Amino acid sequence: MAKQNDRGFLQASNRQPLLFDWIFSVDHKRIGLLYLYSVGAFFLSGVLLGLLIRLELIAPGPTIATAQTYNALFTLHGVVMIFLFIIPGIPGAFGNIMLPLQIGAQDVAFPRLNLLSWWLYILGAFMALTSLFSGGGPPDTGWTFYVPFSSETPTNVSLALLAVFIIGFSSILTGVNFVTTIHRLRSPGMHWGRLPLFIWSLYATAWVQILATPVLGITVVLVMVERIIGFGLFDPARGGDPILYQHLFWIYSHPAVYIMVLPAMGVISEIIPVFSRKPTFGYKAIAASSVAIAAAGSLVWGHHMFVSGMSDTAILIFSLLTFLVAIPSAVKVFNWVATLYRGSISLEPPMLFALAFVFLFSIGGLTGLILGSASTDMHVHDTHFVVGHFHYVMFGGTGFAFFAALHYWLPKIFGRLYNMKIATVAWAIIFVGFNLLYFPMMLVGLRGMPRRYYDYLPHFQGLNMVSTIGSWVLAIGLLLMFINLYRGMRRGAFAGNNPWQAATLEWVPTSPPPEENFSHPPQVTHGPYDLEQAGKP
Amino acid sequence: MTMQPDALGARIGMWLFLFSELLLFGGLFLLYAVYLARYPADFAAGGQQLDALLGTGNTLLLITSSLTVALALSALQQGRRQLCQILLCATIFASLLFLTIKGVEWQAKFAHGIFPGGTELESLPVGQQIFFGLYFVTTGLHGLHVLVGAALLLWTLGLTHRGQVTAENSVMLENGALYWHLVDLIWIFIFPLYYLLL
Ligand code: HEM
Ligand SMILES: [Cu+2]
Repeated sequence: MAKQNDRGFLQASNRQPLLFDWIFSVDHKRIGLLYLYSVGAFFLSGVLLGLLIRLELIAPGPTIATAQTYNALFTLHGVVMIFLFIIPGIPGAFGNIMLPLQIGAQDVAFPRLNLLSWWLYILGAFMALTSLFSGGGPPDTGWTFYVPFSSETPTNVSLALLAVFIIGFSSILTGVNFVTTIHRLRSPGMHWGRLPLFIWSLYATAWVQILATPVLGITVVLVMVERIIGFGLFDPARGGDPILYQHLFWIYSHPAVYIMVLPAMGVISEIIPVFSRKPTFGYKAIAASSVAIAAAGSLVWGHHMFVSGMSDTAILIFSLLTFLVAIPSAVKVFNWVATLYRGSISLEPPMLFALAFVFLFSIGGLTGLILGSASTDMHVHDTHFVVGHFHYVMFGGTGFAFFAALHYWLPKIFGRLYNMKIATVAWAIIFVGFNLLYFPMMLVGLRGMPRRYYDYLPHFQGLNMVSTIGSWVLAIGLLLMFINLYRGMRRGAFAGNNPWQAATLEWVPTSPPPEENFSHPPQVTHGPYDLEQAGKP
Repeated sequence: MTMQPDALGARIGMWLFLFSELLLFGGLFLLYAVYLARYPADFAAGGQQLDALLGTGNTLLLITSSLTVALALSALQQGRRQLCQILLCATIFASLLFLTIKGVEWQAKFAHGIFPGGTELESLPVGQQIFFGLYFVTTGLHGLHVLVGAALLLWTLGLTHRGQVTAENSVMLENGALYWHLVDLIWIFIFPLYYLLL
């Protein structure tokens, strides 16, 4: 073990001003931290917007916002959470930091391209924020930018679309980088059967990024062209078809759901074996199901359009395909549960978040089946049931995995531990607040309360009140969690190289890792979950 | 441990990126397919108004430039730097000629009032409006790629001149040439779909 005060890659490396040392660094760990900080900041601003939305919905009638402001609020909330937090979150931050470490490489295949990706992401984010204060005012279309409204509204949609295009470009470049890295830079002995499951999930994700994102690119370009020049390609009055927009949009955006959730599943697959002290049950099945989800998930976009006017045959096919994706997802859940079975489980904070993930994601997945079968979807389409469902998947799933990753890997990145008790309390508050917030949304949605309205009928009041209170509870929990992590990062006890006794490669170097990761490529001699071998390459 | 330049890795990366470029145009071809099925007669009428001669000329130009860039690469690999540079210049020249011809073609359409917002275009049947809308977007996006490709080759030309791209280290030119072949390939789809089949 190296000196405890060795600050590794965190140390300023040369005489440049400190800021430049970071924003022009091509070290994957520094770029990953840049992502982590920016993604975290956008998450917090997104939460603030979410709280405002909930505040407006605390009582019927206008409360704090007009209808127009409310439209801008939920659009911005959606855009920030989807494009700035949840899609780049885990791959950008933890993928960048851990991918080379976990495969025993010095860096990603194209370090400068990696930096470019971050810059593009920041440029896009900056443009998205500028769109709020310039032009015709904040976009009010919702994050889906459906035509014909998005091609007609006088608000600043074009700039927001350009921002989405640029962020998409950044996402493609990250995908290209990761696939190449995984193919080319594995250490001797790290064959595909020894790849950590997090890497498998990043691999599947990267393919989806490469193959699906361009479709979103062309779609937003077309809407921009529509707004600026106007060919009527989606305008029914001029022979175009708005439904085609929806097809193109969801051809990307459904697979994008897997860009969000696959890396999350990867994180969980890392944590569960370590904290049950048992090798993963069904390594191959988990790895293969990542790829299967990526493949099958690309074919199901039509389930967003059951009520848009599709042929009955198409509805039947899309419904069936949607159910098929549930299979590989369920395979993962069963494998995690089987790993837990008779393990010696220690409920430390990363594990608590991982268990909450499994629970909340399962609720999200099961309610997804209600939306996936056309007959029930007709009833709950565009109600708050949908809002509840996707928060269970995206926030309860990916969001919680992100928190799990924070608690699992921050000690590696900063070499310091946070306070375990406070982390556990924060976890409990977040968990309770989360369910208070979103479960009532599903109930009120089943009773018919539509989404994206700033007002509702008086008899929905009770559940909405509970939900808004839940949002405050959740916010308090989040605040506590972030303060605790921040203090741990700064002043926590030293963590040592391998505080959780994990067997994957990233725990071999010192914490924080030195700039060059490994002094020479490690010879890998065992699988990622052979826990007796912990600490050896 | 220092990073070795990894030529195969760079090639893999380029191929992956080209996949995503192909899919970008894939969206447009998808729209083409759907609208062709919906408005076959209008698409035929629109296609007949395009200048097949100019289109053919441009096709020949691109194919030739694909050849010159391939030759430039093998010249470089044989160590004949000067020849390589001449061939690269020829390729870039061809791309500029392509864009000029494209401009002439667009200009001719504009002169007939066929441009976004033009009264002539608005008076056409909706199917033809869609046809020309797609035509302008697709060829415009393709033209943009020609421009990017030419810029990439120009940059590579500079690197060859400075001796940073050489017979031993030719992956930059290989990737530039790959990109150029992709631009060519996409045109090979655009050309029959818009100029010939209809
Ligand atoms: C404290 C946290 C959060 C609160 C209070 C909150 C609240 C809400 C509410 C009430 C809506 C419904 C707006 C409507 O349909 O009228 C909404 C929409 C949405 N939320 Fe959240 N949310 C939170 C966190 C998140 C997170 C973490 C994500 C992403 C992972 C997310 C993604 C979205 C998306 C995509 C929409 C849809 C926006 C649209 O309809 O265009 N939210 N949120
Ligand atoms: Cu979907």
